Amino acid sequence: MAFQIPTVKFSGKINEVPLGPQKVLVGGQNAYSFHTFEGKFPHKPLISLDVWDHNPGEEMAAPLAEAFKGVLGDPGAWAKKCVEYGADIVCLHLKSSDPNGTNTGPAEAIAAVQKVVDAVSVPVIVFGVDNKDKDAETLAAVAEKFANKNLILGPVTDKNYKQIGAQALAYGHTVIARSPIDVNLAKQLNILLTGLGLPKDRLIGDPTTGGLGYGMEYGYSVMERTTMAALVQQDDALQQPLISFFGEDVWKSKEANLPTAEHPNMGDAQCRGVLMEVTEAIAVLGAGISILAMRHPASVKLVKEYIKLIYDGGAPGGGLPEVPITKF
Amino acid sequence: MALTGIQIFKMLPGTNCKKCGVATCLAFAMNLASGKAELDSCPDVSAESREKLSAASAPPIRPLTIGSGATAVKIGGETVLFRHEKTFYNPTGLAALINDSESDADIAAKVKRYEKFQFSRVGLNLRPELVMVKGGARLAEAAKAVVSNSDMSVILYSEDAAALKKAAEALAGKNPLIGPATKANCDAVAEVALAAKVPVWLKAANMDEVAELTKKLTEKGLKDIVIDSGARTVKDAFTDSVAIRRAALGGNRDYGFPTIAFPVEITPNLALQTAVAANLIAKYAGVVVLGEFDGASIFPLLLERLNIFTDPQRPMTMVQDIYPINNPNENSPVLVTTNFSLTYFIVSSEVEGSRVPSWLLIKDSEGLSVLTAWAAGKFSGDDVGQFVKKIGIEGKIKHKNIIIPGYAASISGDMEEELSGWKVHIGPREAAHLPKFLKEFKTS
Repeated sequence: MAFQIPTVKFSGKINEVPLGPQKVLVGGQNAYSFHTFEGKFPHKPLISLDVWDHNPGEEMAAPLAEAFKGVLGDPGAWAKKCVEYGADIVCLHLKSSDPNGTNTGPAEAIAAVQKVVDAVSVPVIVFGVDNKDKDAETLAAVAEKFANKNLILGPVTDKNYKQIGAQALAYGHTVIARSPIDVNLAKQLNILLTGLGLPKDRLIGDPTTGGLGYGMEYGYSVMERTTMAALVQQDDALQQPLISFFGEDVWKSKEANLPTAEHPNMGDAQCRGVLMEVTEAIAVLGAGISILAMRHPASVKLVKEYIKLIYDGGAPGGGLPEVPITKF
Repeated sequence: MALTGIQIFKMLPGTNCKKCGVATCLAFAMNLASGKAELDSCPDVSAESREKLSAASAPPIRPLTIGSGATAVKIGGETVLFRHEKTFYNPTGLAALINDSESDADIAAKVKRYEKFQFSRVGLNLRPELVMVKGGARLAEAAKAVVSNSDMSVILYSEDAAALKKAAEALAGKNPLIGPATKANCDAVAEVALAAKVPVWLKAANMDEVAELTKKLTEKGLKDIVIDSGARTVKDAFTDSVAIRRAALGGNRDYGFPTIAFPVEITPNLALQTAVAANLIAKYAGVVVLGEFDGASIFPLLLERLNIFTDPQRPMTMVQDIYPINNPNENSPVLVTTNFSLTYFIVSSEVEGSRVPSWLLIKDSEGLSVLTAWAAGKFSGDDVGQFVKKIGIEGKIKHKNIIIPGYAASISGDMEEELSGWKVHIGPREAAHLPKFLKEFKTS
C-alpha cells in the first residue's frame, strides 16, 4: 500500500483579520504553518519593516543604518523605503514618546503617523513604547485623529486594554494584544478585549519572545502551544493571528553588533545579523506566527523567497543575498 | 504499541542488580519506556521477555551515533512532535559538503577553518561537527585529508560501493556514516556497512521507496540507518520530514530512523540554505548538509539548535559568578540578579545595550526568576548578602554600592545588615529600564 502521511484532524482555524483601509487579509489558516498537505492557507504570512519617528542615531545597528541611509530622520521617506524593500506592512515606532526619553506628546505622534499614512498605501502599525499610561494617552489620541483608517495599534496589555481597546473599538482600528510569553495570559487578555466588544477580526496577538540565543525557546513553545490550542482544541479565545517583534531583539543583541575584523570566525557582521534575523524568522513562522516584524531588507528578501517556496513549492529564484565567505 | 514503564517492569528479572547502570529494575523500566535506555543493558532478562520487550521497547526512532571523539553526533531517539510535549533529546548534526575533486591542500585549509567555529555559551561549546565528503575516485584520500587535518567527523557520499569500502577502511575507528544505499546498490553498500560496523544512510526516490530500503537493510542485519527521502525542494523536504517523524511516532517501524536533509542540493545559495536548515533543525532533521560553513551562517543555526533542543522541563541556568560587561573597572556599578538563564540574558543584554561598564553578579537561585526566587526564599537579604561577600567582588571595586532588582526591593534592609558599610540601591523592576537607570547611576 502506498505511503500516506499520518494527518491531524484540525477542528479550528485562525481568525481572518483585514489590515488597514486596504483590507489586506492575514490569518485564515486551518493547519500548522507550512503543513500544506493537510490544511488550507488562504493568506501567506506578512512582513513588516520598522520606521522610527526620529533619527535613531547610534541606537540603531550599523547595517540597519546603512540600509536606510538618507531617510532616517524622515518617517514618510523611511516608510516609502520599507515598501520599496518589499514590506507588506509598515510599523511606526513612536520612540520619541518614551517618558524615559524625549517624552513627546500626542501632537507629535499624530504628526508622525500622518507622514507615514500619507507616504504609503500599505497597512500601518502604530506602536508605543510599552509604557502603559503613556501608550494609552498617545494611542488614544492617534485612534481618534485617524478614525476609521483601521490602523493597527499596540502594544495593548492587561494594564491599558480598557483605554486603548475602547478607542480602537470606537474609531475602527485593530489592536495588538501583548502578553509576556504565557498562553494563559494571552488568552485572558483576548477575553478582556473581546469582552469590551472588540470584534475578533480586529485582534492580533503578540506572544512576545526572547531573541535568537536569548531564550527564544520559551516564546517558540508558547507560540506552538497557542497555535495548537487554536487549531486542535478549537479554543476560540486563542485563534487570533500572531505577530512577533523578534527583529528588534536580534539587532539589539551583542552578537549582531560585533565587528568582522575582531571575530573572523563569526563571519561578515552584516550578513551575520541578517541570518540571525532570518533564522529566528523561519523558527517563529514554523511555530505559528502570521506577521513578522523585521528590520533588514536583505532578511525580508530571503524570508519572502522562503515563504513562497515552502507554500507554493518549486525551485528557488535568483537575485538572493549571498554570504561573503570570511577566510581566516 | 509502546508499553508503559510498569508493563515493562513486570517482564524484568526484578533483582535490582544495578548491572544496567541504574539503581532499580523499576527505574530501568522507566528509562526503557521513555527511550532513554536499551534492553541490551540488562544481562539477566529471560529470552521470552527479551523477545516481547525488544519489539515493544525499542524507541520509535532508532538512536545512533555518527563519528567519534569530540565531534561524535548522536541523532534519533526522539519521542515527540513538539518540544513542549517533553523535550527534543539529540540536536541536529550540522555538516558541510566537500567534493573529492578538491585538492588535499584545499580540504585541509577548509577543515582547519571549520574546526575554529566553536562558541561557548551558557557553559556549553557550540560547534558544527560534521563534514560530508562526496565523490568516488578520490573519496578515501579526501576523507583522510579531513580527519588528518581536523577533529571533524565524516559522512561519506558515493553511490560506488567500492569507493565507500576503501574510504570506510581509511577511516577505521572514526565511525563514519556511509551511503547512499539506493535501490540499485543497496546490497553492496549494506555489505560494506556491515563489514566496517558503521551506520549507513539511504537515498530513496520517494516515501514508498524509503520503506522498501529500510526493510532490505534491516533484513541484512543493519540497525543504524539514516533516511534521505530524496526530497529536493523546500516544500517537499519539510513535508517528508514531518511525514517520517509522524509515521515513526505512530509506530511504523519502516520509518523509525533519524533523517538526513540536503539544503545544499535544494539551492546553491548559502543564505537560502541557512533558512532551509533553520526550518529543518526545528522540524525533525537528524543531520542537515550545507554547502559550506561560514561564521555568519553557522553561528545563527548553532544558536537556534541550542534553543530548540533545550530541555523545557529543566530551566537553563547560569553558573554563579561575576560577569563583567562592557569592560568594567573599579568604579563601575555592581548589579545582582538570579541565575535563571532568561533573566541573565535579558539583564545582560540591557546592560550591554546601555554601554555602561558594569559588573553583573549572578547568584544561584536554582534557576528561578527574580520574583519566584524571592517568593521561594532563594533570594533573601541574608542569602544575597553572604553571596556578595563570598563571590569576591570587593577585590575588584573601590566602592560599596550594589543594585538589586526592583522586584526584590524588600530585601534591601536585610542585605545592608549583612553587608556592613554597603549601600543597597533598588533598581528598576523591568530590565528594559536598566539603561536609563545605569546612565544616571553614580557609585561615588
